Amino acid sequence: MTPYRARRIFEASRSLSTQASKLSRDRTARPASPPAGRAAGAPPTGAADTRGTGRPGRGRDRRATASTRRDWVKTAEIALLVGPALIVFLAFVIFPVVMAAYYGFFRWKGFGAPTDFIGLQNYVTILQDPEFHEALWHNGVIVVMSLVLQGPAALLIALLLNRRMRGQSIIRVLIFVPYVISEVVVGTGLSLMLQSEGALNGLLERIGLGFLAADWLADPDAAIWTLLVILTWKYLGFAVILFLAGLQGIPDELTEAAQIDGASYWQIQRRITLPLLGPTTRIWAFLSIIGSLQLFDLVYIIWGQYVASTAGTSTMATYMVANGRNAGNYGYGNAVAVVLFLISLIVALVYQRYVLRRDTAGALTEGRR
Amino acid sequence: MSALPASAPRLAGRSRRERMPWGNPIVYFVALVVIALMLAPIAYIIAGGFRTNAQITEDPSGLPAPWVPENYLNVLTSGTFWTEVGNSAIAAVVTTVGVVALGLMAGYVLARYRFRARGFLYALFAAGLMFPMTVAITPLYLVVRQIGLMNSPAGVILPQIAFALPTTIIILVPFLKAIPDELEEAAAIDGTGRLGFFWRMVLPLSLPGVITVGILAFIASWNSYLLPLFVLSHESTYTLPLGVQAFASQYSVDTAKVLAFTSLSMIPALVFFSVFERRIVGGLTGAVKG
Repeated sequence: MTPYRARRIFEASRSLSTQASKLSRDRTARPASPPAGRAAGAPPTGAADTRGTGRPGRGRDRRATASTRRDWVKTAEIALLVGPALIVFLAFVIFPVVMAAYYGFFRWKGFGAPTDFIGLQNYVTILQDPEFHEALWHNGVIVVMSLVLQGPAALLIALLLNRRMRGQSIIRVLIFVPYVISEVVVGTGLSLMLQSEGALNGLLERIGLGFLAADWLADPDAAIWTLLVILTWKYLGFAVILFLAGLQGIPDELTEAAQIDGASYWQIQRRITLPLLGPTTRIWAFLSIIGSLQLFDLVYIIWGQYVASTAGTSTMATYMVANGRNAGNYGYGNAVAVVLFLISLIVALVYQRYVLRRDTAGALTEGRR
Repeated sequence: MSALPASAPRLAGRSRRERMPWGNPIVYFVALVVIALMLAPIAYIIAGGFRTNAQITEDPSGLPAPWVPENYLNVLTSGTFWTEVGNSAIAAVVTTVGVVALGLMAGYVLARYRFRARGFLYALFAAGLMFPMTVAITPLYLVVRQIGLMNSPAGVILPQIAFALPTTIIILVPFLKAIPDELEEAAAIDGTGRLGFFWRMVLPLSLPGVITVGILAFIASWNSYLLPLFVLSHESTYTLPLGVQAFASQYSVDTAKVLAFTSLSMIPALVFFSVFERRIVGGLTGAVKG
């Protein structure tokens, strides 16, 4: 039964992805054509269209009026289905972001309407502030080191966990645990562990490595590395989830065929698995870069108020909160938010233009064939 | 036909059942080392709650000797903890339901309707990925205050739904696109309209994706910190993350008690995640493969 069923399922999934790619090709080819004007034989897009084209012998006029009515019904359906999401999204995401850009032009303390228009002065101040340069540098280090530390580790763990073995699912759950628990829990627990009289130094002492003990959080030379280790520990699980999901999408048939041809395990991973994981890797790297640029919670919870001046782990987001809301300069804080947003946007656009380009549109739906 | 979108997870599940070898001991060894590294800090937090402050000061890295359950019992019998669990649960459940409902409806339109503004709408929602809540938090706080939702669960829930929509829609659209047109045609021949098709076919067929985004939304809400920090200022409305922080600063000298409170606050998300772990991997498969 096995080979037969496997083949059937494989063929079925192939026909599904062929279907999907045909679908996206058809749709992109004729984006603006009205539903009723479709030639017979082309795959119809909606149920209502099928009813229309499915009955031959009707007059052209009749069909036109019916299609106007159908268009109207379709518009109503679209409004009904997208409307609620759009309203919530505009009110709580787009509007506040636009307002942040607006407030950034004022010397505004957060009370009443902003009146003290100062043009680009906030931005000049930001770009000249050495504390901001420091935060930007930290963000850069975090972006690069997160990719370097988490990527290869997550890939190896995902390959490991993708092997058929006993206890697989429990091992997976355990590796995801740090990703699932909240930043506050991680921050509270780790700051107790990592203080100079904490558990880590105690442990090092106990196993005879006392000379390695350090003030992990307060020593400015050590703190950024502590942060990187914490980030790796916390977000490795997410990378592993993504890679595992990508690995599940690779048909067993490919690796089985390579095995029959005599390829070794590592040859299979290097020549088949890794290339096929390309899109997943690029999406993960994108999410990781954006997350690193916008890092806030963990730094703020673990290092609190003294982050900017002494600890050496400030990020653009903690700079924003410290110099904006916490200092009462709401206008300034919003200008920092705009800078942070613009930097993320530029990085994202460059990344999409040069890295994600081969994955765009069809790749998400076509599946690998 | 209807089992098609589920074929990949089924394939994996089937072969797992059929041939489950013990495999290479080195693989187990590496897995154990990784797990130990991942779990050590959590074990420290949990075990620390079973110690006394004297034990912790004397030997910061030791095991509880003897094990003292008082800290946990104190937290579990305090009203504060359960109020905060309740607040977090309400916020997380309503956020999840809202995200899934709104995301599925909008994703369905973006995946399967042809209309002029479609590309623009998709780009608009996708652009939401670029807007972290951090960027918008001050104006967001002003909006929430303006419409009178300060210190109310709705003040946390509505923005959370809004900020979860981009991810939700991006994960769900491929699922909804992959539903074969033939099904829709067959439904039409049977006299089912587009909305009927949505209820009877789309909902069940996109279930793996729906569960994935639901879990992600639930965990994100359960763990969210920044938004509640701005919106909730009465202690009676605190969610667990705020509660943990308030507790940690209130009992800053009572390390053991803080550790007990912290351990208990992570249990629900852990249970929820471990129940649905396989679904997350299965659901993301549709979204990230390319």
